[in-house]
Amino acid sequence: MTAAGLREPPAAKALLILAALAYVALMLLLPLGAVMYEALRKGWGLWHAAVTEPDALASIKLTLIVAAITVPLNTVFGIAAAWAIAKFDFPGKAALIALIELPFSVSPVVSGLVFVLLFGAQGWLGPWLDAHDIHIIFALPGLVLATVFVTFPFVARQLIPLMSAQGRADEEAALTLGASGWQTFWRVTLPNIRFGLLYGVLLCNARAMGEFGAVSVVSGHIRGQTNTMPLQVEALYNDYDFVAAFAVASLLALLALVTLALKSALEWRYRHELSAVH
Amino acid sequence: MSIRVEHVSKSFSAYPALRDVSLTMNDREFVALLGPSGSGKTTLLRILAGLEAPESGSVWFGKRDVTGDKPASRGIGFVFQHYALFGHMTVAENIAFGLDVMRRSARPSKRDIAARVEQLLELVQLPGLGKRYPSQLSGGQRQRVALARALAREPRILLLDEPFGALDAKVRRELRVALRQIHDELGLTSIFVTHDQEEAFALADRVALLNQGRIEQFAAPAEMQSGPASAFVREFLD
Repeated sequence: MTAAGLREPPAAKALLILAALAYVALMLLLPLGAVMYEALRKGWGLWHAAVTEPDALASIKLTLIVAAITVPLNTVFGIAAAWAIAKFDFPGKAALIALIELPFSVSPVVSGLVFVLLFGAQGWLGPWLDAHDIHIIFALPGLVLATVFVTFPFVARQLIPLMSAQGRADEEAALTLGASGWQTFWRVTLPNIRFGLLYGVLLCNARAMGEFGAVSVVSGHIRGQTNTMPLQVEALYNDYDFVAAFAVASLLALLALVTLALKSALEWRYRHELSAVH
Repeated sequence: MSIRVEHVSKSFSAYPALRDVSLTMNDREFVALLGPSGSGKTTLLRILAGLEAPESGSVWFGKRDVTGDKPASRGIGFVFQHYALFGHMTVAENIAFGLDVMRRSARPSKRDIAARVEQLLELVQLPGLGKRYPSQLSGGQRQRVALARALAREPRILLLDEPFGALDAKVRRELRVALRQIHDELGLTSIFVTHDQEEAFALADRVALLNQGRIEQFAAPAEMQSGPASAFVREFLD
């Protein structure tokens, strides 16, 4: 198609751009701005006090711990799953792909309930766990399990189409050149997927820190102990402590912005290599 | 090094790709595997490389049975149709790859590797391009780099899968001449897959014509032309 075929009347072009910008402003910027505005409405002092209050600090720490366990787990398993699916043929492959997507189609609340059903006091394994003094529900393991479940697809889904498109030729070349399986993975496969992987990890991390539904079910909402940041926001909001609620929420919003900035910065830093690869 | 394929069969899911194929290639011979798509020529090449395993039969390099050997231990170089160069490595790093992954005790020193890379770049007529990335090269140059990379560990056998398939006619002819020279100079045994009869006849000492997983005829180009072994050969050559 020629450029002339793509040319629109200037008025239509302006209208389309304006409509898109207005939509983005209304749906994305306005809520984000509102969070920041509410958080800082009573000044920096109150904001600072709200985010350094012991329960808030505990929720921040818990959120970071959950993410620190969840993201590496899902990164390793995401790479393994994508590698298996993209580079090998085996029976049950279609079923595995569907299974990986499952957490996206299941309501997070249901994902949480599954773990209560399994490990809760009235659950299948509840009595056994209770007898051995192992706490999963209303404790850190439950939060991690629920978060792992909900965020499982992010890395795998990012990598499967990428690795499938890249095919096996690079790996086969490495093998014929004498590389071992590990050498092939570290020197050829991983560099080929690093940007997709990074993006998947960032998304996985953002969701792991922001997850509410599944975590809410297994948490037990014990302040200072099992409340992650999103749960702490809800608890404060229900207390009519709006400034504190929005202050903690502003940290979560900030996380989203940092994620975005990090991704852009990396893309900019490696722009030459990116254009070289594609 | 001579190559012997004995009663090799291979099938994918339902359809057979190779049916009881046997052939013997002489040391330093340049052989073309010719045939229409789906004839099994690429499968045969990949079995020689160890990238596919035959269901039955055996493969011999000289006096050694390599049927169960991994690609890495076969002493082959393999050139892919779409180059399969590593996009995140420079040309020099690509060529050095086979040497870099060797066990520490067997690996040449950094200086020796660099010297070997320069020597290989000379061999494929790309001196001084070591610092470029594959994306900065033309198709013909990329395939030359792929050839240099495949030769880095001094294989006795060179396997090429439609090496000129992605290139235009002029580059094709140049690369053909270069490949034949390198083959003769290094004393390699080379096997290349092609569906282009003219190319096979221009380049190879002997041509194996495959059809539906069987070898219809394995002979020198002149011999095949003067005495086609079957109706299929006669029709294919027309």
